[in-house]
Amino acid sequence: MNLEALASCLSSSACAVTQISTALIIGMLLFMVASGLSLIFGVLGIINFAHGAFYMAGAYIAFFTYQATSSFLLAFLAGALGAGLIGVIFERFIISKVYGKDILMQLLVCYAIILIFDDLVKIIAGPEYKMMGMPDVFALPPLEFAGGFVPAYYVFMIVASLSIGALLWLAIEKTRIGKIIRALAINPQMVGALGINTTLLYAAVFGVGSMLAGIAGSLAAPTRTLTPGMGLSILIESFIVTVIGGMGSIVGALIAALLIGFTRAFGAIGFPLFVDGIMFGMMAVVLIIKPSGLLGREIAR
Amino acid sequence: MTKTTKGISRRRVLKGAGAMAGLAAIGAPHIAGAQAKVIKIGLPTILSGRVAILGTSSRFAVQLAFNQINEAGGINGRKFEVVDRDSKGRPDEAAKVTRDLINNDGCDIIIDGEASSGSFAVHEVVRDLGILCLHTCSETSSLTADPKLFSKNVFRCARQGIHDAVAGGSYAAKIAKEKGLKKWATCSPDYAYGRDNTAEFLQYAKMFEPSIEVVDQLWPKLFAPDYTESITKLMQVKPQAVYSALWGGDLVAFIEQSNLYRLFQNTAYFSGGLGDPPILTAIKNLPQGLNTAYRYNNGFPGSPENTAFCDAYVKVAPHEPTNWAWQNYAASQFIIEALRRTNGNTDSSALAKEISGMTVKKPFGGAGITMRDSDHTIINYPVAWGKTVSKSPWVLDYVDTEWSKIIELEKEWKKEKGYA
Repeated sequence: MNLEALASCLSSSACAVTQISTALIIGMLLFMVASGLSLIFGVLGIINFAHGAFYMAGAYIAFFTYQATSSFLLAFLAGALGAGLIGVIFERFIISKVYGKDILMQLLVCYAIILIFDDLVKIIAGPEYKMMGMPDVFALPPLEFAGGFVPAYYVFMIVASLSIGALLWLAIEKTRIGKIIRALAINPQMVGALGINTTLLYAAVFGVGSMLAGIAGSLAAPTRTLTPGMGLSILIESFIVTVIGGMGSIVGALIAALLIGFTRAFGAIGFPLFVDGIMFGMMAVVLIIKPSGLLGREIAR
Repeated sequence: MTKTTKGISRRRVLKGAGAMAGLAAIGAPHIAGAQAKVIKIGLPTILSGRVAILGTSSRFAVQLAFNQINEAGGINGRKFEVVDRDSKGRPDEAAKVTRDLINNDGCDIIIDGEASSGSFAVHEVVRDLGILCLHTCSETSSLTADPKLFSKNVFRCARQGIHDAVAGGSYAAKIAKEKGLKKWATCSPDYAYGRDNTAEFLQYAKMFEPSIEVVDQLWPKLFAPDYTESITKLMQVKPQAVYSALWGGDLVAFIEQSNLYRLFQNTAYFSGGLGDPPILTAIKNLPQGLNTAYRYNNGFPGSPENTAFCDAYVKVAPHEPTNWAWQNYAASQFIIEALRRTNGNTDSSALAKEISGMTVKKPFGGAGITMRDSDHTIINYPVAWGKTVSKSPWVLDYVDTEWSKIIELEKEWKKEKGYA
């Protein structure tokens, strides 16, 4: 525990800016993955344990598209849409078969999918790690803010994630389709009785949730090594985020992801050996005081 | 009444079955004899997961070595067959597949291509079964340095931590003295290898250059996907030099993410694991001037044997040899030479007697690599350090450390540890 270093960092603008940006970098990717997880749970009532596989799918699709086209924009779009499409197929043909079934059955189906996805990646891309590399457009010196440094790509990543999160929130809270989706989460029978195709809506929501994981994978691809099974580590942290933020709440996911980001960024300075302890401690405290999470609500269906 | 089936009596069927059984009994020794001509080499290794390249590059090297000898006619008419098994990096699985390779597949010799945790498990199996085994990937010194683990039929054909620590410490101290690098930090994976390797490196660096001061030590998790908080922490601490025991895909991610912050513009970097060609080529923007331990290089040592090895390897593998590849290729040479001397006799005691003290010229040529008799581990392999350049051959200016110096300090280390 080095609280002196932490205080010194907070009092220096250079250190504070760099560490706050670090918190945002960590937090925003987590937010993208966790918001998808949260959306799927909030509307479909499914805890998608296979969500990390869509993150991996997005990263690999972006990698191969970038290899083929050298265009990061195309790679990003392909990763996002590809993961979304796989999500729709997964929802229609697999996970919809276990709606309303025991959670153990859902867990088994998702675990099987994780293993199948990992093996497919091994067959298609090989077992070795892959690195996409930084697109030329972002190969710039880090930007300086108040003496602190933030790489150009991370600025893009933070802005892109925040914009997508804001769009998602607006779509759910302020549009007609968003209203229908919220109604679907609360009373699907009534929505169906009004002549709305709930099957299509479920598939669309699952697709959007998977697409968010794919976006996170595409954004991570230029800076992280791609390996079969890469979805697992981010899935564990995403579950911490959704438990703290509240299952089903996009804003809760954002707050919790930022909490995790700040804990890791400033923990590295002040309490490097106890970062994981703090993260799981926060989760335990939330579970004890407010089991549904900071902004969560009870299961809808 | 006699029961018949389509005109064949039961007695006739029984007679036929008896005749078949008799033929099988006569024929069996002949078939077994024919099979015995093939010498089976068992290779338990890691062929899946994040470190699969350890196993896949090892397998390419072992297959290359035994295919070469098969093409040359084998030994005393006996050909070789390599049987590999994936342990998935789990020690319990490594022990199980090794037993299977020996008991069920009938392997005569084991080449243990496991990482350290699996190697200790394989070690116990081969000690128990008394079969010849060469560990080819474990760098943990105690595997052969600890006399309690000694077995007359088991060897290590791999670099080891203590040799690397002396060579790395000596090289780092020299650079530190020349460039006035006093403030050091470390960033290594948080598990036994990462911590031990870092401690040993620092021990010898400080011994050779006492002005070195360690200002911070960071321990990111093994297989962490993101190192941003470690990198920004290093930027706050502002060390003049960083040592890292990160390796594989973790190291690739660390370098790429550090590049975003231009971390290496003002900070010297020393790495024990950067020198493998697949890692160097996976990094899209390899900074110039990073200091790395030798893992493998097609231009060092600059011998015809090394060139021949690299040329043959790239014909069968999708990348240049790795550190694990040359170690496995060298281990195969020890086995082949021992079998030549025993005229193809696979008795483990006879082979072990030949391998003790043996020197092989492949894959590096020169004075060759020697299997030290006293503790069954190799010496005289390349322990150089060099600097990265942004294109092939990726690392240049290798500086070698005298083996006499390494051996002298290794003796002291063994005394400290109670191994000698």
